[in-house]
Amino acid sequence: MGETRKGDLHLVALTKTFGTFTAVQPMDLTIPQGSFFALLGPSGCGKTTTLRMIAGLEAPTAGSIRIGDQDITATKAHQRNVNTVFQSYALFPHMTVLDNVMFGLKRRGDKDARRKATEALELVQLEGLGGRKPVQLSGGMQQRVALARALVNRPDVLLLDEPLGALDLKLRRQMQIELKRIQQEVGLTFIHVTHDQEEAMTMADTIAVMNAGFVEQIGDPATLYEQPHSTFVANFLGQSNLLRAEVVPGSPRDGITLVRSHDADLEVATDHLPAGASDVWLGVRPEKLRLGEVGGPNRLRGTVRDVSFTGVAIQYIVRMPWGRELTVVQQNDGSARASLGEDVTVSWAAEHGFALDASQDAEAGAVVEDDV
Amino acid sequence: MSEAATSGSLTSPLATGSAPSPTRRNWVPYALLLPGLLWLSVFFVLPMVTLASQSLQEGNIDEGYVFTGNVGIYAEAFSRYWPHMARSLTYAALATVLALLLGYPLAYFIAQKAGRWKNIVLVLVIAPFFTSFLIRTLAWKTILSDNWVVTQWAQQLGITDALQAVGLTSTDSLLFSPFAVVMGLTYNFLPFMILPLYASLERLDPRLLEAAGDLYATPMQAFRRVTWPLSLPGVVAGTLLTFIPASGDFINARLLGNTQTTMIGSVIDSQFLRVLDYPLAAALSFVLLLIIVTLVALYVRKAGTEELL
Amino acid sequence: MEAIINWVRRHLVAFAALVVLAYLLVPNVIVAVFSFNDPEGKFNYNFNRFSTDGWTNPCGTPGICDAVGLSLRIGITASLVATVLGTMIAFALGRYRFRGRSGTNLLIFMPMATPEVVMGSSLLTLFLMMGLPTGPLAILIAHIMFCISFVVVAVKARVATLDPRLEEAAADLGATPFQTFLRVTLPLSAPGIAAGALLAFSLSFDDYIITNFNASPSSITFPMYVWGASARGVPVQVYVIGTVMFLIALTVVIAGQVVSNRRNRQVA
Repeated sequence: MGETRKGDLHLVALTKTFGTFTAVQPMDLTIPQGSFFALLGPSGCGKTTTLRMIAGLEAPTAGSIRIGDQDITATKAHQRNVNTVFQSYALFPHMTVLDNVMFGLKRRGDKDARRKATEALELVQLEGLGGRKPVQLSGGMQQRVALARALVNRPDVLLLDEPLGALDLKLRRQMQIELKRIQQEVGLTFIHVTHDQEEAMTMADTIAVMNAGFVEQIGDPATLYEQPHSTFVANFLGQSNLLRAEVVPGSPRDGITLVRSHDADLEVATDHLPAGASDVWLGVRPEKLRLGEVGGPNRLRGTVRDVSFTGVAIQYIVRMPWGRELTVVQQNDGSARASLGEDVTVSWAAEHGFALDASQDAEAGAVVEDDV
Repeated sequence: MSEAATSGSLTSPLATGSAPSPTRRNWVPYALLLPGLLWLSVFFVLPMVTLASQSLQEGNIDEGYVFTGNVGIYAEAFSRYWPHMARSLTYAALATVLALLLGYPLAYFIAQKAGRWKNIVLVLVIAPFFTSFLIRTLAWKTILSDNWVVTQWAQQLGITDALQAVGLTSTDSLLFSPFAVVMGLTYNFLPFMILPLYASLERLDPRLLEAAGDLYATPMQAFRRVTWPLSLPGVVAGTLLTFIPASGDFINARLLGNTQTTMIGSVIDSQFLRVLDYPLAAALSFVLLLIIVTLVALYVRKAGTEELL
Repeated sequence: MEAIINWVRRHLVAFAALVVLAYLLVPNVIVAVFSFNDPEGKFNYNFNRFSTDGWTNPCGTPGICDAVGLSLRIGITASLVATVLGTMIAFALGRYRFRGRSGTNLLIFMPMATPEVVMGSSLLTLFLMMGLPTGPLAILIAHIMFCISFVVVAVKARVATLDPRLEEAAADLGATPFQTFLRVTLPLSAPGIAAGALLAFSLSFDDYIITNFNASPSSITFPMYVWGASARGVPVQVYVIGTVMFLIALTVVIAGQVVSNRRNRQVA
């Protein structure tokens, strides 16, 4: 997109409290124009409230919202150039699909509403269905109408509030790819709210992980995944194995630091360690663990306690002598499998580990709430 | 970093889908309420005040009335007409109980068992309600008259004897008796009982009854322990909406009863419009109102005001 | 015989329901049947001879059609005003938070539960004190008063089913609050409003007690006519009009059901 980033969305110290409960802690966020941004977090973390504040459906308790240079904090919802795709679609049941899509254009007196609406329906692959009523369409089709209805107004920012939640798995996957394609074709800023971390990682350029009103970490999917800054992010995005370890003083050398965990000296990349830490959680993703030797000092012995076949992969739970269980995920590529009760060696490469300050809760983000 | 407690599954307070953000539109609800509530205040509440005031006045229609604060009028009203009050309340109570017994199965049927027929039956329950109740009550004169099947069957089956024994009739006919009055009252106010019951029973999830059966409850037990308690709001609403208007009704008594069955409503009506003893009539009216307000207050104390509407 | 008993036992509820339904409808049937009667004497309580005189000459008895006309005029006017006032209240109750909710609920509930004698007589005392003469205007005022509550109940039930997200969506798409009300809220509430209006009309048309308290000798409504007739002599035309009312009510309610069924039918 253009060098003139005047369409960026800026949230400055944006806060929302309900009585004594703070739903959104003061948040500073910049979302670049034309990007696909995701707000990811468990239910109750404040992501939907943040979205509603951007839409104007909720008034912030403090802070401001700017699009480019224009402060929109005080403008009402119907005056903002922001449109929302609602979780329940919120299609007007008494109007036809075409009338629904034309609604926003008509309110602004757009003379070309019908043509634009028809094009929007083509964009979401619902051409010809303009005359139907929403109740006559399936869930997936209704969702696309809701998308068209918002898109057609070419807003500065398009907000999506868990729009794929009600669809079944295959349809959801399909729509994720569709939404990405449409966003790239149309070039609008999309902000997508979801609790599904796979969905966020599939679709978004940048993700902000939220927890209990705070933004835990912002970054592109790969960085968030490979280098989480907190146990919450480590556990919420995918799975993590966390081992208690102490930094061996004086050990950093050639970019490698030694940490001691359960009488074993393990290697971790120095820049994956939080500065000045001495007690850490050493984290490794299950798919980075191998059964058998990969070379290097990072190896632990344990017993296989559970074997699960998921089609794409085999998941092992390996119990360590001190009681902790590690999850190992091995791709179903035909290589040798371990069996229940077998003693195995679990190993990984040094650059695949990350370390987090041990004062954090190792269970944070691991226990996820039920879907809302 | 994040020290905020993971506060369980707290969803946004507005996720329950209640009113839109109230901060910007504070005056709108009051503006909407004003005309209607004003009308009710002037033409419902204020008349009650004037009624009370009228009851404490003395005089007559020719010379005019003067406010004297004559509280003795209430004692006089009560001593002269307490039989009528008692009678009205008794008939109304009987009619309410009957309406509940008759209305509950029908409401239950519509709500839970009717399926395809639900709308048709609802229509059949509501439609008579829309036609002149005076005319329909007149029709009861035909139904219960002496030369018709109903009375003749009742005589043959000994029902008339039973009714006489209980005091609900005084002769061999069904008409012009307390029995007829109560039947008429039940009939006229049955829809007021059925509709709130239906509304309450419709919200009953049939899967609760399935669960009860799964847990070894017989149909009777399931009804007593699941259905009945859950339908209680509807029962109470229906009871209030039936008993209260019935106690003030006098049409049924005039058309279907005799001089022994005069209800208090009839007395008030004639005192106001024929005898023209306004203070007495007003006092009677007010006493009736007080009894009702007490009942409603008891209910509201128990259940709050949200279920009323 | 045993098969019947078994059927009854299994379908006890349905059987009971049918009996009660019959109890509700028998008078209407009687009214319809007796509209075709040529009564002997002044009262129409015994079936004498089949005749269509009542139907061919519905206004034959003096005063009856004037009474119907007055009832119609008052009914329509009262219904309109009560519907507007009641709908506004229902929206306030169903869509907004405000102080004094309990009091409002109570104030709306009371007219539905107060005996008509009390309401009618109290209004009479008010009008006497105000110096307002009895007659059509007094009747109209009274009718509007007791209809408001029923309209509120009908509309509120409908408003409660409306998804508030729809109004948010409208605002999100650029509709001002007024446009949202006009294009989304109102059309979706229409069935409830219509039901309320219908209910108000029928309550007004059918009212006797309150009307009687506030009427003057020159303003005879249809129920008042019937009441007088019940003492003097009930002409067949009364039964004719009663039957017509029932048929109209049946038609309107059925039509309403058909419309709402068609609206809700799913295709995909």
